[in-house]
Amino acid sequence: MNGKTIMACIDAAHGSLTAHTDEIALLDQQIGDGDHIFNMLRGMEALLAVRAQIEAEAFGPALELAGSKVLSTVGGSSGPLFFSLLNGMAKAAASNGMDVAGFARIFAAGVDAVGQRGKTGVGSKTLMDVLIPVARRFEELAAAGAPAAAVLDALPPLAEESMLATRDMIATKGRASFLGERSRGHIDPGARSSQLMIAAVCARLAQSS
Amino acid sequence: MKKFINRVDDFLTESLAGFAAAHGDLVVLNSDPVFVRRRDLKPGKVALVSGGGSGHEPLHSGFVGYGMLDAACPGQVFTSPTPDQMMAAAKAVDTGQGVLFIVKNYSGDVMNFEMASEMSEVQNAMVLINDDVAVENSSYTTGRRGVAGTLVVEKLVGSMAESGANLDACKAFGERINKRTASMGVAFTSCTVPAAGTSTFKIGDDEIEVGVGIHGEPGRRRARMAAADAIAGELLTAIVDDLKPQAGAQLLVLVNGLGGTPLGELYLLFNSTRLWLQQRDLHVARPLVGSLTTSLEMAGASITLCVLDDEMTAHWDSPVHAPGLRWGM
Repeated sequence: MNGKTIMACIDAAHGSLTAHTDEIALLDQQIGDGDHIFNMLRGMEALLAVRAQIEAEAFGPALELAGSKVLSTVGGSSGPLFFSLLNGMAKAAASNGMDVAGFARIFAAGVDAVGQRGKTGVGSKTLMDVLIPVARRFEELAAAGAPAAAVLDALPPLAEESMLATRDMIATKGRASFLGERSRGHIDPGARSSQLMIAAVCARLAQSS
Repeated sequence: MKKFINRVDDFLTESLAGFAAAHGDLVVLNSDPVFVRRRDLKPGKVALVSGGGSGHEPLHSGFVGYGMLDAACPGQVFTSPTPDQMMAAAKAVDTGQGVLFIVKNYSGDVMNFEMASEMSEVQNAMVLINDDVAVENSSYTTGRRGVAGTLVVEKLVGSMAESGANLDACKAFGERINKRTASMGVAFTSCTVPAAGTSTFKIGDDEIEVGVGIHGEPGRRRARMAAADAIAGELLTAIVDDLKPQAGAQLLVLVNGLGGTPLGELYLLFNSTRLWLQQRDLHVARPLVGSLTTSLEMAGASITLCVLDDEMTAHWDSPVHAPGLRWGM
C-alpha cells in the first residue's frame, strides 16, 4: 500500500461517480440542492491533477495530500467531511500496521473523524449510515482473522444494503433535514456516493491482492 | 438552460471577473484562493469576513465596501466556499483587531468556517445567522437557515466595526441583531444551477412553495397561488409569531426579491406588508425593497422584519458604500 495504490483507488472511485453522475444529481435534487455530485467530481478532478505527487508519496502522506486537496477544492459539506475521512486515516496510518487489522483501524479512525466534524452518527440519513456499519464490519472481520479477499468481498454488499436503508429514514442533518417527513422515500445522495466509492475501491483492491 | 454562459465550468470565474472590473473603485478580486476584498482597509478596525455559495448576488461580495464587509468568499453556485479561501481572506484584511466571520447556518458553511476558524492564525470569532422561520429550530433539523436577514447583520455590524468597536462587541451585536431578525420566503418558480443544467425542483403554474429556502429547498408547504395580500399575511404571521414584537415596535422591513420577480411586484408586496403591519400597530421605521439575497433566477420574494432599537437604527442609517448597497456617501 502506497501512493500508487491510493491513486488507483481514486481512479476507481472517480470512474464510478462519473458513471452515476445523473443518478446522484437527481437524488440530490429530490432532497437537497443538487450540488453534491458536482462538488465530489470537482474534488476528484483536483486529485487527478496531482496524480504524480500522490503516487510519489508513501501511504499516509498520500492520504494527507489527497485530504488537503479535497478540503481546498470541494466546498459544501462534502469538502470538510471527506477531508476528515482522508486526514483521519492519514493520522492513524502512522501508528498501525499495513495488515487487515491495521487497515480496519485506519478506516475506523477516518470514519470517526467524519462523525466528529459532522456531529452525526447513524440514523440521520447521511453518508454516516453507510460509513459506520462498514467500518464496524471491517473491524469485526479483522478481529475474526478474515483474509483481505474475504473483507473486500463482504463490505460492498453491506454498503449497498446500508445505502438502501436510508430510503426509509427521515433526514435530521444537512439540507435534507428541512424536508422532515418529505425526505422519506428518497435515498440519501451522500450515502449513495459513499457506497459507490466503497464498492469501486474494494473491487480495485481485490484485483491487485 | 438559457443563461449567459460561455463554458459552465467558467461561470463563477468570469462572473467574478466582471464584478471586480465593474466595481474596481471599491473592491479587489484575489484569484487563488478566490475572495473579494475591500480596496481600502481601515487600520485599527475589526474586519468582517463573510462568504457562502454563489447565486445569491449581491450577497455577499456585493456588500464588500465601506460600512459593511471587508472581504467575502464566494463558493461555487449554492456551495460553501473552502477554508483556505476564508483563511486567506481573513489574513488579507486583518489589521490587528481580529476578524469576525459572518456565517449563514447551513451544514457546509458552518463546517468550512469552523475549520477556517480553527486553523487561522488570525484572532477570530464567528456569528451564525439563522433568521428563516420557515423551518423549525429543533434537534430534528440542522436548525433554522440563514437567509436575507444576513444583510441586516452585515450592515449593522459593519457600521459598528467602522465606529471602532472591538471584536467581542461586534460579535455580541451580531448575535443580538440575529435574535431580533426573522424572515420567510415564497417561491413561484424553481431555479437552475448552471452545473446541473435542469431546474432544482418542479412546481406547477398555479403552485407556490411557502417557506422556500434560498437554494430552492422546500419550506412549509406547497400551496395554490393566492393574492399578494394573502401571501404577505401568511409570511408575516409566521414571522411575527416568532419575533413577537411589542405593539408600537419600530421595524426594519426588507422585502427581498429572489431573482426573477420584477421590482414593481416587490413594491406591491411591500405595500401589502406595510398595510398588514399598520393594522397591528407595528411601525415601518426603515424600509428596504430590492433583490438583495437572491436564488439565481427564482421568482418569488422573502420578507424580513428586524425589531430596531435606537442603537441599531443609528447603525442602519450610517453611511455605506458597497457595490450592492449605498447611501449617505
